Amino acid sequence: MDARNLLTLLVLVGSILLLALAAELLEVRLFVRIVTNLFIMLVLVLGLQVFMGNAGILSFAHVGFMGVGAYTTAVLTIPVRMKGMALPDLYPLVAGLELSPFMGILAGGLVAALVAAVVAYPLMRLSDAAAVITLFALLVVLHTIMLHWSAVTNGPRTLFGLPRATGLGLAAAAAVLAVPLALLFKESRVGLLLRSSRDDEVAAAALGARVPFLRWQAFVLAAFMAGIGGALWAHFITSFSPKAFYLKESFVILAMLVIGGPGTVTGAVAGTYIVTLAFESLRALEAWLNRAQIFAEQVVGLTEVVLALAMIGVLVLRPGGLVATREVGTWLLRRRSKKGDAP
Amino acid sequence: MTAAIQFVIDVLSLGGAYALMALGLVIVYGILRLVNFAYGELVMAAGYTLYLVGGSPLPWLVMAALAVAAAVLTGIATDYLAFRPVRTKSVTAVLITSFAFSTLLQNAAQLLISPRPRSIPLPEVFSDTVTVLGVVTPARNLITIAAAAVLLALFTLAMRRTILGIAMRAAATHFTMARMLGVPANLVITTAFAISGLLAGTVALLWLGRIGTVVPRVGLEPLLIAFIATVIGGMRSLEGAVLGGFLLAFIDTSLNYTLPQDLLKFRDAFTFSLVILILLWRPAGLVRGPATGQRT
Repeated sequence: MDARNLLTLLVLVGSILLLALAAELLEVRLFVRIVTNLFIMLVLVLGLQVFMGNAGILSFAHVGFMGVGAYTTAVLTIPVRMKGMALPDLYPLVAGLELSPFMGILAGGLVAALVAAVVAYPLMRLSDAAAVITLFALLVVLHTIMLHWSAVTNGPRTLFGLPRATGLGLAAAAAVLAVPLALLFKESRVGLLLRSSRDDEVAAAALGARVPFLRWQAFVLAAFMAGIGGALWAHFITSFSPKAFYLKESFVILAMLVIGGPGTVTGAVAGTYIVTLAFESLRALEAWLNRAQIFAEQVVGLTEVVLALAMIGVLVLRPGGLVATREVGTWLLRRRSKKGDAP
Repeated sequence: MTAAIQFVIDVLSLGGAYALMALGLVIVYGILRLVNFAYGELVMAAGYTLYLVGGSPLPWLVMAALAVAAAVLTGIATDYLAFRPVRTKSVTAVLITSFAFSTLLQNAAQLLISPRPRSIPLPEVFSDTVTVLGVVTPARNLITIAAAAVLLALFTLAMRRTILGIAMRAAATHFTMARMLGVPANLVITTAFAISGLLAGTVALLWLGRIGTVVPRVGLEPLLIAFIATVIGGMRSLEGAVLGGFLLAFIDTSLNYTLPQDLLKFRDAFTFSLVILILLWRPAGLVRGPATGQRT
């Protein structure tokens, strides 16, 4: 790792630690919740960046793997005495199991990666629109399974009883680990080859890059991070239903990555910060409008409307996102060397 | 025998609707090589127009025409707002803008109308049943078959005989070359979106006739169907889209008839997995389109 990447890592991890420290010192419950949620989103968005940023393929399946992680940890960690109520039809093999949440989260990531490894192997041959559509189909398949596999997921109903294990510290630790993971992958041999295939698939393949295999590696890593993120989220929210892992969630995560810039890790982090800030303020505004009863009916969907407009705006004006190509470390070093050169 | 006729009617009516949906999506894809994620919202726009004019004393056919017109206008608006500004940029950028536009329309409907279902006016015919060759079937199934046949015939004729149709097919084959030969790009693209809206609007009437209500998310299922049908049939071929629509209807109906009750709820998972298998076997779909041309 050279100076640019080290500096990038330093700045990004520093920003996470600073935010965590601020939340810890302020001790406002709402703020702590928002920051914890932000760190979990950060893991998910960085996971998406690993695949989408390097392979250049839009993946809708990401949120599906988040769901796989969440349900995996749920099945493994809900206390045995709660399981009779929460999941009455669970298979006896796992019904007596009660792992610690930490193990559950790890298992969530591994199961998501395993599912991705099996399912995605053939899919990675597809490019462009066909790839996007099949990954969209994969999301629908995963959603259908979550919705109807009552024995494991409690069907479309809310699953409850998970131990609340994700606090500010754990979420921050996961986010701090996710940043170097994404950065290292991007700068690794696989990441470099993959990025060359993103820019010109035919040329990269002609030079000997095994494009489907490269994509597959990125996809599995992305699914692992999505699974971890989903499991962390599950232990943070403690009760959820399959609805949580569908298009609405996809849209938010995609908005974070696209507005920030899918090509860079810095972009993913910056996008998560910015969109979380916008999202929470808009939600607060929506809640305020509803409480003040300025309009006859409940205001719903305002947040999404504004986010969608912002996304279109960013893509029209800066198609690469706010941080398109240069990581923050590169940018800082260039600025310094430019200043140094000037007489 | 009656079971066989029942099966054929089911496949044809479902397939007709699916084929129209797929055709509406592929007409844009064929020319621009861009997937329109906001396609389902055209169905939604038609549905809400029906709901809004529902209280008026207009005859139903006029309301239906208004609904289709709304879908056409929404289609053209999609072109101007979501596609034209980013058309020359990366494929992913356009996919995302159309996805964002779809979310925008859905949430606008939620914000301005209501997140709850709204019932739409339907003519008597839609709830009647008729007997064909000893089989009792809802009349709307036959209407769907007839509408699909007429529209497909008209569409084929327009694509083969009119100048605009020929220009569109040329643009679908090789966009740059067509432009050099004097085909106006913006006109062709806007027309494609208008036709897309026309097909979606007509499908909306037939589709919503089954459900009777409209919700902001109503477009999701038609969108998925159109996606899958076009992927099976071949993304670049109009005939492929129609074939894919009928094939998907055949698969769906067969699964409906054969799957046991407790597996039936997983039908979508089966269908979509089958699609993935078909793609493994033929990544370009069943019907190959014209040689790939550069877009824009």
